[in-house]
Amino acid sequence: MSAGVAPARTRQGAAVQAAAAWVQHNGWTVGLVGLLVAFVVVTKLLQPNYGAAGVQGLAISILPIAFAAVAQAIVVISGGIDLSVGPMMALASVTSAVLMNGQSELVAVPIVIGVLLLGFAVGAVNGALVVITKVPDIVVTLATSFVWAGVALLILNTPGGGAAPWLMAIISGALGNPWIPKSLVLLAAIVAIVWIPLRRSTFGLSLYAIGSHPLAAFRSGIPIGRTKIAAYALTGFFSALGGLALTAIGGVGAPVPGSYTLQSVAAIVLGGVSLAGGRGGVLGPILAVMVLALVRTDLFFAGVDPNWSTAVQGAILIGVVMFGSLVAMRKVRA
Amino acid sequence: MTGRAAGAAASPGTPRRPGAGRQLLRDQPLIPLSVLLVLLIVVLEIAKPGIVNGGWLATTLRAAIPLAILAACQTIAMLTGGIDLSVGAVASMSAFLMATLTTGQGPVVAIAVAVVAAVVAGILNGVGIGIFKVHPLIMTLGMSLVILGLMSVYQLLMVQSGTLIPAPIQWLGSGISFGFVPNNLLVFVPVALVIFVGLRRTGFGRLLFAVGDNPVAARLAGARVWQVLVALYVLSGVLAAIAGILVAGLANTATVSLVEQSVLPSVAAAVIGGTSIMGGRGGYGGTILGALILTVVTTLLTVLEMPEAVRQVVFGAVIVGVAAAYTRVTGEG
Repeated sequence: MSAGVAPARTRQGAAVQAAAAWVQHNGWTVGLVGLLVAFVVVTKLLQPNYGAAGVQGLAISILPIAFAAVAQAIVVISGGIDLSVGPMMALASVTSAVLMNGQSELVAVPIVIGVLLLGFAVGAVNGALVVITKVPDIVVTLATSFVWAGVALLILNTPGGGAAPWLMAIISGALGNPWIPKSLVLLAAIVAIVWIPLRRSTFGLSLYAIGSHPLAAFRSGIPIGRTKIAAYALTGFFSALGGLALTAIGGVGAPVPGSYTLQSVAAIVLGGVSLAGGRGGVLGPILAVMVLALVRTDLFFAGVDPNWSTAVQGAILIGVVMFGSLVAMRKVRA
Repeated sequence: MTGRAAGAAASPGTPRRPGAGRQLLRDQPLIPLSVLLVLLIVVLEIAKPGIVNGGWLATTLRAAIPLAILAACQTIAMLTGGIDLSVGAVASMSAFLMATLTTGQGPVVAIAVAVVAAVVAGILNGVGIGIFKVHPLIMTLGMSLVILGLMSVYQLLMVQSGTLIPAPIQWLGSGISFGFVPNNLLVFVPVALVIFVGLRRTGFGRLLFAVGDNPVAARLAGARVWQVLVALYVLSGVLAAIAGILVAGLANTATVSLVEQSVLPSVAAAVIGGTSIMGGRGGYGGTILGALILTVVTTLLTVLEMPEAVRQVVFGAVIVGVAAAYTRVTGEG
């Protein structure tokens, strides 16, 4: 309670607060790690052959959803929500696939960078619309989800295009030890390089501040509009990473976004990010994505019809949120 | 704040003293919306002379009515500050249950099972949102995943029974009488009347506005907020079931994701109609016009031979534009 409210006024204070906040959220993250370990054990019991190859496959398959979850986590921490994450991924995926088709390996490098910048710009448009029109973010991003999905379809009507071989190579296989999949290392590296410095900076503090109490943040002199637009732009950036991951996995652009928006919301809620804003991080959502993927794997190994996995995923989502709000209600009463 | 500054700069006059047009949009949103609808119809007639006739009117109404019923779910949920994203799953579930059970159990039992299933889904939504205080977005999203998963499993069990839409439902969903009256008006008129009277003239309607406007004040005034929310989401489930059955009658088929693509347009229709997603402001008249506007826009883009993608972009632009206009004139945000 107290750690979340206490304002940090200096850089040193920011570090102390970050540590305190980490300890505060420790419970949830440790719980997720425990859950992950439990599911790994269950997987091994169900399928004794499950080994390095299985882990590699899992790490590759979760990559797009993991980026989507990080994207959603950032904007929700800032007190918003982005229902256009899935369409932005589709837009990045088709743009990269169309541009890379038939190009040399070297040309693909600026294309990847360009697609990331495109994601950043598209996200910034979302943020600017939210700030300028003052329409609730849920409505704005609902509307832009139509727009980005439409633009993606205009660029590429059916799955097609191509991917540079190096893009496909950096996510498949292992790094040295077969138990360390390249895609997991890539995910950890990108998130660490982009998120950790941001989180430690003044901008990171502003992000949490406008999420937890916009009025207090405004009175402390934080430029709310600019911070919000930056948060949405970052969400666009990570969505573009998710879209590139889709292209890299499939080798073609995927114009239909699938259910990534909904899955990203599910993952952040399971990952301990409060929908009210200002609480949570990006580690929890990534762990939640892994847990959800393992649940699907386990259901498959247990011989359960794959159709059940959707129902189970929804039930887990509702159950965890109910549990979380029960705990919160207990705290209020005590 | 930058947002406020930009908003003030873009429009002449201060928010305190709105001009005539702004006052009209704020107090009587039905008038500008009707004008917009008429304008769109005129544009349609210009784009393809002769298209606007009795048959066109019937098919437009026939397509707009299921959307308007789904948008009723969003309207009542949004009045309390909620949203019901499970309408697509619930509507599809009801349609699919009806279609698969008709052969073995007869149409009456099939429709009864379909409606009861929707009521159960509504109760679960209401309990989660009202008692466990789960965010409506998450609760209804999770519920739609659960329903979709269960129906996919059910679909495999029923794979040999096949689907059959009862003949009266086909007549109701797709038939047109006298050349310009769609038969689904027979369902829609009573439904719309119940919602109109319910929102304007009953205590339940006032409670919906009260809970959305200020839940704490509503609770202190003696309203049992959780009961209101459970009743609301049950009603929403029943409405979704009705819409799903009508869509099945129109399409003469049913799948587990029949109505899924109407979820976002249903939210859009309510937003265009002037219902605030923050709760406490709105009404059903605007929502009906919103559903008609979206249907006419769809027809217009089809006539202009625009691909599906352009329709999506235009839908998005219309939602943002109209919502921004409302926010501007009501001074919210």
